[in-house]
Amino acid sequence: MLDLIWLLPGFPLAGFLILTLTGGRLPKNLVALVGAGSVGLGFLVAALASYELQSSGADHFTRLLWTWMAAGNFQSDFAFYMDSLTVVMILIISGVGFLIHLYSTGFMLDDPSYSRFFAYMNLFVASMLVLVLADNLVLLYLGWEGVGLCSYLLIGFWYEKPSNGYAARKAFVVTRVGDTSMAIGLFLLFSQLGTLNIQDLMHNAQEQWQLGSGMAIAASLLLLGGAVGKSAQLPLQTWLPDAMAGPTPISALIHAATMVTAGVYLIARTHILFELAPSVQLLVAWLGLITLLLAGFTALTQHDIKRILAYSTISQIGYMFLGLGVGAWSASVFHLMTHAFFKALLFLAAGTVILSLHHEHNIFKMGGKRKQLPVAFWSFVIGSLALAAFPYTSGFFSKDEILLGALEMGGPGIWLWAGGVLGAFLTGMYSFRLVFVVFFGESKGHHEAREVTGFSMVAPLMVLMVFSVFGGWIQVPVDNVFSHGAIQEEHHVSFIMHAIMIAVPLLGIGVSYLFYVSRTFSVEKLMANKTAAALHKFWFSGWGMDALYQRLFVKPFVSLARANKKDIIDGIVSIIVRAITVANSLMVRTQNGQLRWYAASMVAGLVIILAVGVLL
Amino acid sequence: MILIFVIAILFIGGILAWLSEFINPKLPRVVAVICLLVNGVLLLTLLDAPTLVQDGIDGDWLVHLKASWLPRFGIYFQVGVDGLSLLMLLLTVFLGIISCGAAWNEIVDRAGFFYFNLLWTLAGVAGVFVALDLFLFFFFWEVMLIPMYLIIAIWGHENKNYAAMKFFIFTQVTGLLMLISILVLAYSHYQQFGYFSFDYFELKNVQLGSSLGMAVMLGFFISFGTKLPTVPFHTWLPDAHSQAPTAGSVMLAGILLKTGAYGLIRFTLPLFPEATATFTPIAMTLAAISIVYCAKVAFAQTDIKRLIAYTSVSHMGFVMLGIFAWNAQALQGAVMTMLAHGLSAAALFMLAGGLQHRIHTRDMSNMGGFWTKVPLMSVVALFFSIAALGMPGLGNFVGEFLVLLGAFRVSVPLTVISAFGLILASVYSLWVLQKVFQGKYDSGKIDDASLVDLSRQEMIFYIAMMLGLVWMGMYPQSFLDMSATTLDHLLQSTEALRVGL
Repeated sequence: MLDLIWLLPGFPLAGFLILTLTGGRLPKNLVALVGAGSVGLGFLVAALASYELQSSGADHFTRLLWTWMAAGNFQSDFAFYMDSLTVVMILIISGVGFLIHLYSTGFMLDDPSYSRFFAYMNLFVASMLVLVLADNLVLLYLGWEGVGLCSYLLIGFWYEKPSNGYAARKAFVVTRVGDTSMAIGLFLLFSQLGTLNIQDLMHNAQEQWQLGSGMAIAASLLLLGGAVGKSAQLPLQTWLPDAMAGPTPISALIHAATMVTAGVYLIARTHILFELAPSVQLLVAWLGLITLLLAGFTALTQHDIKRILAYSTISQIGYMFLGLGVGAWSASVFHLMTHAFFKALLFLAAGTVILSLHHEHNIFKMGGKRKQLPVAFWSFVIGSLALAAFPYTSGFFSKDEILLGALEMGGPGIWLWAGGVLGAFLTGMYSFRLVFVVFFGESKGHHEAREVTGFSMVAPLMVLMVFSVFGGWIQVPVDNVFSHGAIQEEHHVSFIMHAIMIAVPLLGIGVSYLFYVSRTFSVEKLMANKTAAALHKFWFSGWGMDALYQRLFVKPFVSLARANKKDIIDGIVSIIVRAITVANSLMVRTQNGQLRWYAASMVAGLVIILAVGVLL
Repeated sequence: MILIFVIAILFIGGILAWLSEFINPKLPRVVAVICLLVNGVLLLTLLDAPTLVQDGIDGDWLVHLKASWLPRFGIYFQVGVDGLSLLMLLLTVFLGIISCGAAWNEIVDRAGFFYFNLLWTLAGVAGVFVALDLFLFFFFWEVMLIPMYLIIAIWGHENKNYAAMKFFIFTQVTGLLMLISILVLAYSHYQQFGYFSFDYFELKNVQLGSSLGMAVMLGFFISFGTKLPTVPFHTWLPDAHSQAPTAGSVMLAGILLKTGAYGLIRFTLPLFPEATATFTPIAMTLAAISIVYCAKVAFAQTDIKRLIAYTSVSHMGFVMLGIFAWNAQALQGAVMTMLAHGLSAAALFMLAGGLQHRIHTRDMSNMGGFWTKVPLMSVVALFFSIAALGMPGLGNFVGEFLVLLGAFRVSVPLTVISAFGLILASVYSLWVLQKVFQGKYDSGKIDDASLVDLSRQEMIFYIAMMLGLVWMGMYPQSFLDMSATTLDHLLQSTEALRVGL
């Protein structure tokens, strides 16, 4: 199966082509079969290939398909590369991706553009698989841009509403800013190291660049620019909350299995570059930490169920960046996996809530839905426990590893650790705020609503619940990819630190309980305080970043472009034309047919010529 | 002999097309397509032609022909085809057929004369791509101008006379500069070797002083730069495009602009290696400005054809950036961009023309929500917009990526500025999609009686162009290999003279 690894992206791509070329003429059950089936087949290929790679004992495998482009001394191939990091990624993408597709077959059943939806979804998965399978950065860039394109298409799926189109374009353009930085990084890497094949590149970088050399710093910074775009980290995080405009399963796909993990993958894949630039690596950690805190605070204030989850994604990806930054590579990949489980679970459950309550998004208009929506309720409880790192759920293990990594780094590590712990407190608080407000308390509105069920929608939730709880026990065998350094040893951390890390999320959940269930604390009283209210408003707006960018980039660009609609250069050309016209009309006026005038001008000319002759 | 046939068929076919109108007004278009198909077959036979070995013509020529014309002045009928020329000729024939398709139902008035002009323009273009005698080159350069002028002036839209005149003056004045440069070059050859020559291979040996060399080079540069076009000589293009009939736009964007780029690659840089090396920073700066500035102007347009015209200037900026970077990757990228942009711009102009034909306006502020009305057209527009914004997997990406990859080794800051064009391309492309196809459909704003989806015949043309772009994007090697030997040769021949600059 390893030789047939191209079938892995090939199946979803074929699904895309079939659905596109038939142009919506297939019956819905056939569309579902092609759409979900192609990803399911992809998962089978991924599983078999992974098994084969593990059992073969080799640590990597390359499959060349064809030479993509070669010019001069540059060459880039259509070639797939597999090692244990790839294995983890393809299993997550195709596995979780398949569950989301399965769920969508039920969720989207009433949508008239059923076929178009699955076409885009399939292309999305195919692009993401190419991204993680690529053996060179150009092919990776193909997947990278493909993912961006599909997110654009899916966010703007319901195109009749202009705000959806806006959100879609925002997502594409903001991530493209990052992509362009990454492209420039590629140019730099090629000009310095003479190849864009990832393994050769890492090898050459180690040979040619000193630790902390300027080139290593520049290259890793440029790649980081791409990573923060796709992974919605500071300063390019603003697109993700708006990306909620699309149908809910898309959010599950973007947030769990694909897209936002791309940046984490890129850094993990090129970690040698980042190790050569310690200052940039530390920057990754700080960016992650700041992002996770900012997003955590913002999540506390949102009332759209999907926006809360969106900010929680930004925050959790922040943890992954923090892990990458402190060199806890395996831990980050581990968290990427567990996050894929519980975030897919949460988003799909949110989809069930939204669909059952007739497209209600505001959590404060829900309330007491525990009995009405039992599947969604348990999904949310389990998902939120894992998200909040409740002991022995999947999220607990992975977050633990990242924080321990920060602690063991020494130096600024203790601050990163403390920030991460604060973030864990916030996570507990906002995730259970959602659970308490939606499912507890008295029922508000939608009394008659009944939970939407059906095998295709419930089964994925069940599977994801199991993985959210027990996913932490899965061994992520990626150490050999990162093992050129010291092999991960057992952690030596004091009991107190451990206790803090276990207790803090519970504390967060507890505070949420006091606010929203027992009502010991009152949100209303808190909001009566002017400072608190202002802070709330500021956090709610995502720390004013959108307004800032609007004022800093969008408005000046638009007004500058509008002001120059007529193209000033054309104006200059017109001036020349006008000058010629004027000169012409002056000349015409000299030909007035009057003998006096001609005689006078002849004399004048003669005088001037003589004068010039005499003077020279 | 094939070359003579290729050009003669276009000239004679033009006359036949004109005459055939008197038999049946539907005949000219058939005649035109047949001529182009025959030409296509003739050119395809050259694909596996062996490289000629012959004294005095360095390069990888597949066909070469030299016949006496005005020997007293050293003027010969000298033509030749190498990989680069062949690629350009194939593009010309392919887009020629596409233009006939665009004109098929749109042009009914004086159809015979229209197809005469169409074929004669193509004859001029084909001549430009094969001429190896500079006098002959200039002759063809002029031949393609006048029929194109007539196409705009006769079959154009509301402001056609202004646009046609602007096109004519820009091209003619700058063409004059090139003529002067050619004459100076031929005369310098006389001074240095004792006889006049317009022979491309012989003129390469002429030594000009640095200031005269620069002046003569600028004559060529301005002429080709206007055709390309580059800032600040680009302002004829938006007017010409918005006023030209669809077929005219397809030929302009798809083929005619490429003659400017071809001229730079074939003549300007090889004939003046020192002068162009000195001039490189300025040319690359102009290219970077073209890319960013015109992308920004494009964004502000409400006339959909003007908008696409400005994006053309922006994309052709990548071509010029690549040409002046003058290394393997950048040059290959420039050629690839020429081909890919030829298809994508032609398709976008066809779409805009198709829209105008259906709803009688080019003003985007009256459009919106067309996806529900014309889904097929919307998907096609989506495809070509995505191609134009440089999506990997489609031809334009390969071209622009290689250009930037190569240019980065020459100038980091200009490459970085040009790369911003990638962001801006996504801004305006998605904006057009939003304005025209997404949003809510409002039937009150336009006359939508004839707003129907693409016909089967239209789809055939679009699918042909789509397949072309996917081919270029997924397996560009077929095209890169064809131009590689030519470009390598040009690079080597100028290498020694550019060293140290």
